[in-house]
Amino acid sequence: MIDISHLTKVYGTKTAVQDITFSVGRGEILGFLGPNAAGKTTTMRILTCFMPATSGRASIAGFDVFGQSMEVRRRIGYLPENPPLYSEMTVEKYLAFVGGIKGMDPRLLKTRVPEVMERTSIRTEAGRIIKHLSKGYRQRVGIAQALIHNPEVLILDEPTVGLDPKQIIEVRELIRGLGGDHTIILSTHILPEVSMTCSRVIIINEGRIVASDTTENLTRRLRGSDNLYVEVEGPEESVETRIRALGGVTAVSRRKTEKRRGNGYLIETEIGVDVRRDLAALVVGQGWGLLEMRPVGMSLEEVFLHLTTREEEVPA
Amino acid sequence: MRNTWIIFRRELRSYFSSPLAYAVMAGFLLIAGFFFYAILTSFLNTALRSEMQAQYYRMAPPPINVNLMALRPFFHNLAVVLIFTVPLITMRLYAEEFRNGTIELLMTSPVRNWETVLGKALAAFVLYASLIAGTLVYAAILFLSGKPEPGQIITSYIGLLLLGGAFVAVGIFLSTLTENQIVAGFLTIILLLLFWVVGWADEFAGPGVGSVLAYVSLLSHFDEFAKGVIDLKDVVLYLSFIGFFLFLTHLSLESKRWRTR
Ligand SMILES: Nc1ncnc2c1ncn2[C@@H]1O[C@H](COP(=O)(O)OP(=O)(O)OP(=O)(O)O)[C@@H](O)[C@H]1O
Ligand SMILES: [Mg+2]
Repeated sequence: MIDISHLTKVYGTKTAVQDITFSVGRGEILGFLGPNAAGKTTTMRILTCFMPATSGRASIAGFDVFGQSMEVRRRIGYLPENPPLYSEMTVEKYLAFVGGIKGMDPRLLKTRVPEVMERTSIRTEAGRIIKHLSKGYRQRVGIAQALIHNPEVLILDEPTVGLDPKQIIEVRELIRGLGGDHTIILSTHILPEVSMTCSRVIIINEGRIVASDTTENLTRRLRGSDNLYVEVEGPEESVETRIRALGGVTAVSRRKTEKRRGNGYLIETEIGVDVRRDLAALVVGQGWGLLEMRPVGMSLEEVFLHLTTREEEVPA
Repeated sequence: MRNTWIIFRRELRSYFSSPLAYAVMAGFLLIAGFFFYAILTSFLNTALRSEMQAQYYRMAPPPINVNLMALRPFFHNLAVVLIFTVPLITMRLYAEEFRNGTIELLMTSPVRNWETVLGKALAAFVLYASLIAGTLVYAAILFLSGKPEPGQIITSYIGLLLLGGAFVAVGIFLSTLTENQIVAGFLTIILLLLFWVVGWADEFAGPGVGSVLAYVSLLSHFDEFAKGVIDLKDVVLYLSFIGFFLFLTHLSLESKRWRTR
């Protein structure tokens, strides 16, 4: 349904998105996960025909976003990062306006507007002026606006931002309910959101895709690998390289410690391999101090951090 | 066309739900009223004096013409005031969409840029026309107290509509260049002033250049209408001017979509 290949976007001298390739099948909900400035909004803006890519291609339902933008625009509902609201309008009039410019039949709108307000729980605000709504309600009007013409594809840029916990749950349920009939891409930098709503995840960092998998696989991959946290007193560089050289260790990264002495290391190992004995022997043999050692199951958060911070660790 | 209509309706409603439209209207009618009063009293003084002189010399009073002596300067002043009024109407048209991010909705909806340009320009023009319609009160006063020639008043209003259309077209174009309304409005005032003063160059530039400059001076063409003359070449100038600037607006929006970096 959505195909992106080798997409690159350069702003002046700043490369926001670099050589991104992925596709989303019909009815899938794809989570687009990344820290601030990763390039999520940029990718979405290209997909929605708001701005052109510097190079690469993107298409929705087989229509090129650049060459056949009218066809694409008819098929998408888009919630931008900042909900595009006309603050002086009432909720009802605003939704009817959006339905109008999306090409909806005015007669159809009469029933569709209340329906969408119902789905996004803003029925009670129908006659209120948007300017007077709370942030959370404005966000919901933004979501309602994206749904109004029942588009095949929904592109939601951080849909749950600004909502309270109860609303967040409601919106996630709404999005989950929309999957199947609609193809959805949603961006977020909140991990649980992805595991709760999406069938597939793409993690993007500094404009590049760093991981792409089903939510289950990604979670399993993370839970599955055994991780060890140690605090060692000794020369940082050589501790790290020596640990890395141990059999069964796949990755080592430094972690901050609150304590004055010693440095923290997160050690990733092959599944089922216990390196604790070797590790202890190594530290003692070198005359370093072993201050702490405990196994950690990597949470999705840590995986995310791990995947997205790896870049900076390489040159060190 | 349907999209243009939808945009037009929203834009017009938005005008009348903001205090700016009312403030602009009130201010404009106040200033127009002041000019009307000042010009009419000075005209009446002149008329009275020539009447008295005529009686003193026992001659028939010279014919004095309210159309030429009062209405023409009145409309000319009105046109100058409009240079400062129309930008207040047009400055928000696109600048506000950029600032609020609603441009993202417009540009990702199946609506062509020229459709929104037309809708917005029409809405601004309708607001402008209602502003102008307010001054009909003053014309009515003339009819109550004297016998002005209706033809010249009608041509003046046609001229005002064309002039306003040209001002709106300039304003909407400049409003696409920045997300700051104040900057857009200011630039519009500057450009409209330029289009006014180039007419003066007629007097000191060489005959060739001078006549070209005079031709693009928006206000010198308006003066023909204020004199009661409708010349096809003036109408064509205004219409092509409007078309040109609306097209520039469209291009300016398209360029945002096509710029690849
Ligand atoms: N219009 C622009 N002009 C110049 N640089 C831009 C522009 N928009 C985005 N950028 C830059 O591109 C990079 C990616 O930005 P983008 O908004 O796509 O990130 P994001 O993943 O959506 O981040 P966030 O989670 O903060 O919303 C950033 O470094 C940003 O500074
Ligand atoms: Mg973003």
